[in-house]
Amino acid sequence: MAGYILRRLLSAVPVLLGVSILVFAFIHFIPGDPAIAMLGERATPESVARVRTSLGLDKPIWEQYGIYMGKVLRGDLGTSILRRDNISQELLKRFPATVELALAALVLAILLGIPAGVFSAVKRNSWFDNGTMLLSLVGVSMPIFWLGLMMQSLFSVALGWFPTGARLTATLKFQSTTNFVGLDSLLQGNWVVFLDWLRHLTMPAIALSTIPLAIIARMTRSAMLDVLGQDYVRTAWAKGLRWSTVVLKHALRNALLPVVTVAGLQIGRLLAGAILTETIFSWPGIGRWVYESILARDYPIVQGVTLFIAALVVIVNLVVDISYAFLDPRIRLQ
Amino acid sequence: MTQTDNLLQVKDLKTYFFTEDGIVHAVDGVDFSVKRGEILGLVGESGCGKSVTSHSIMRLIGQPGKIIGGEIWFDGKDLVQLSERELRQIRGNRISMIFQQPTSCLNPVFQVKDQVLEVLQIHQQMDRQHGTARVHELLKMVGISDPERRAKAYPHELSGGMAQRVMIAMGLACTPELLIADEPTTALDVTIQAQILELMRNLYRNTNTAIILITHDLGVVADMCQRVAVMYAGKIVEQTDVRRLFREPKHPYTQGLIGAVPVLGVVKDRLEVIPGSVPNLIDLPRGCRFAPRCRARLERGLTICAEEEPALRPIGLDHAVRCWLYE
Amino acid sequence: MNDITFDEISQRAEAITTPVRSPWAVVLRRLARHRSAQMGSVLILFFVLVAVLAPIVYPYNAIVDSNPVNRLKPPSAAHLFGTDSLGRDILVRIAHGARISLGVGVLSVLLAAVVGVLLGLIAGQAGGWLDNLLMRGMDILMAVPDLLLAIVIVAIRGPGLGNALLAISVVTVPGYARLARSMAISLRENDFIMAARSLGVSTSEILRTHILPNSLSPIIVQFTLGVASAILEMAALGFLGLGQQPPWPEWGAMLSDSAKFLGAGAWWALTFPGLAIMLSVLGFNLLGDGLRDVLDPRLKR
Repeated sequence: MAGYILRRLLSAVPVLLGVSILVFAFIHFIPGDPAIAMLGERATPESVARVRTSLGLDKPIWEQYGIYMGKVLRGDLGTSILRRDNISQELLKRFPATVELALAALVLAILLGIPAGVFSAVKRNSWFDNGTMLLSLVGVSMPIFWLGLMMQSLFSVALGWFPTGARLTATLKFQSTTNFVGLDSLLQGNWVVFLDWLRHLTMPAIALSTIPLAIIARMTRSAMLDVLGQDYVRTAWAKGLRWSTVVLKHALRNALLPVVTVAGLQIGRLLAGAILTETIFSWPGIGRWVYESILARDYPIVQGVTLFIAALVVIVNLVVDISYAFLDPRIRLQ
Repeated sequence: MTQTDNLLQVKDLKTYFFTEDGIVHAVDGVDFSVKRGEILGLVGESGCGKSVTSHSIMRLIGQPGKIIGGEIWFDGKDLVQLSERELRQIRGNRISMIFQQPTSCLNPVFQVKDQVLEVLQIHQQMDRQHGTARVHELLKMVGISDPERRAKAYPHELSGGMAQRVMIAMGLACTPELLIADEPTTALDVTIQAQILELMRNLYRNTNTAIILITHDLGVVADMCQRVAVMYAGKIVEQTDVRRLFREPKHPYTQGLIGAVPVLGVVKDRLEVIPGSVPNLIDLPRGCRFAPRCRARLERGLTICAEEEPALRPIGLDHAVRCWLYE
Repeated sequence: MNDITFDEISQRAEAITTPVRSPWAVVLRRLARHRSAQMGSVLILFFVLVAVLAPIVYPYNAIVDSNPVNRLKPPSAAHLFGTDSLGRDILVRIAHGARISLGVGVLSVLLAAVVGVLLGLIAGQAGGWLDNLLMRGMDILMAVPDLLLAIVIVAIRGPGLGNALLAISVVTVPGYARLARSMAISLRENDFIMAARSLGVSTSEILRTHILPNSLSPIIVQFTLGVASAILEMAALGFLGLGQQPPWPEWGAMLSDSAKFLGAGAWWALTFPGLAIMLSVLGFNLLGDGLRDVLDPRLKR
């Protein structure tokens, strides 16, 4: 087991290194002078020179990478061009909002997706199964930004049930110590803020959860169908167990193994989806930030956030793999 | 009361599979009975419906299969008509079953002991502590050494033979009246095969459990069974006691099966072979299902075989055959 | 009727078993019966027809066709789907947008499939350090979520249809490479490949005559599903202003324009382009699902 974890950990190192090279190189793929590309044609020579030195563009490329990696390993993602912010600090300030959103979406997807998938598999080819499967296919076929806009035009503009965007009503003054607004308000017992936060969270979380929900439901169904056809499920029936025990204990426990992996893989999708969702709903997380930075050509921010997200994806996949080993005795004992 | 010494009586059982290519008549009017405390062999080539028959008894037929007719009498109740709840009282308790691929029949994510324990918990309401002690006893009974340690193993850590022993322990946990063994040794090595059969024979002697032994191996039948039913293409074609079957097989198919077994010490010019293979169970031949492969029919020039299906008729004491040759 | 040979009886016995059909005929027959494959094909066919017929039925010049007097008019007999913020007919724009979405969808995935399959086959066949290098490269690309990677690529190279197409291709490559590699490896160990090898067939011939045809069905499935996600990604890039630039009609870009008038209650400007994206993507997903059911016998019970 320890050997397995170690092997998995080591295999992540080259990938992380590769990602860092890719992200580092990305500024050099920009056609022409990256400094001018960022500042625009009318930039003063002084500011161009400043950006060039701050990006270290005047040094040989391997040295630039060395300096870059040295900073990254110390947790320094550099300085933004327009506002000269410390990118790492800004990232940590914005990331909690994205975590709130992504986590809410993932929880929603799991809580609805797994039961729907199980029930579909058990009632195979019923109207419920066919309906759920068609709906889930519609779910993965839907552009989530469109879904978000449709929800806004219906529930915000027409019905006025939910706000169109932002994380809290602007007039509410709330000091969040951890930047997790939901958690902080709950801990402080500030119900007004908490409910307001929840109201703002609802629509973006639903929009962002659509695709993972559909994928988890389909995956659960197919894993369940696979498992329900296995010999050991037949054995469970032959023992005289009631169907709930057969399905929920003997079958589901096995079917969840692939579902865990799929759910883990959704993290990357959620973070990428957050770019669209946060932009539409003005949710102040890293997704909207990276999009705004692209429009503003503030490439160091794009670089930093991309590296951060990629590293996160690699780490989450690692954690999923390792937890998989804990769940499956066949891997555990190797 | 219909209570004879029959423990289980199957009458005109029909189990079909409704596939997109057509209806598969896997079991198509099967009759046989099992007496208390006997071992009945159910023999036939693969694909003849013997496994489906055994699964039908336990009502373990899943989509797209369905039992569409017939009766299965067990202790005065028709298992086909029983509610799911009543059936649960019987499954694993009064009738239990072991299968062909023992390793895949055990749930990979649970320890062996919990899987055996489960049967005791639901049918005998044993608590965990007593149950665990009983599990160890059972594992010892089926010849597993060091049962306390092995009980904690996961299925993938067991060999095929060991897994089948666990399955047998699980099957016998509630001392059932009937054990259905569906090709229990087919997937095992020859030496292990012999050990498992030996174990089953010993357990059989010490309990009053009747066994339906499903196999394609006539050697196993000769070794283990008192009576035999021979199946072909979803029907029983001959049923008698084991001695008579080997001494005077009546049905041309049975004759073919026995002729195909090499006998030690007997030199034959060549082994008899039944030409062709089991018919497609979707488009069955009209008349006798064996007719297209039947040499005897052609030798005698019988035309009725291709026209009309013969019935399973008694031709002597405890000997029935389904063949126009004996009409 | 006395001299009956073994063969004669064998032949009679043969006659009662199922006739053998060619595998592709079986696939087509099953596909024609598969409900979601039917629905998917109909949807795809519909959008293909729209894309082909649009310029014939309604020749259209996006630059001159705006009409400010007509802006944001609800659906009417003259404009079935209403008009957009510049008074352009939404139905016509959707029809012309189909050319972009389907074209880019198919083209980008085709490009990715060719490159990915080649890389995968090379990796799987070569093994060793080359395999390792190529596959770690794919891992690295896969570590960055698809949409983010596509956005970054477009951000570097500048917005526009060509760069968006390229970006979508790049993010799609790793999937094909992995698929082709695993097929190559599993088939390399396969008995009939061993047999071919022992008969002295060369590697490239084995690749061409054995491995590729056998990995075709999963690649076909992935291709169909790939077009679906490519259309979605294209729309997302267009929505973010990184894809096709105005005034040319692209579904995602149309939505981003409509989003600016969300408060104006112009539901038609939002609903129809979105529906077009959803239905065309759904078409490919349905067909891909059907193909997977039909082509992968392991999933069929």
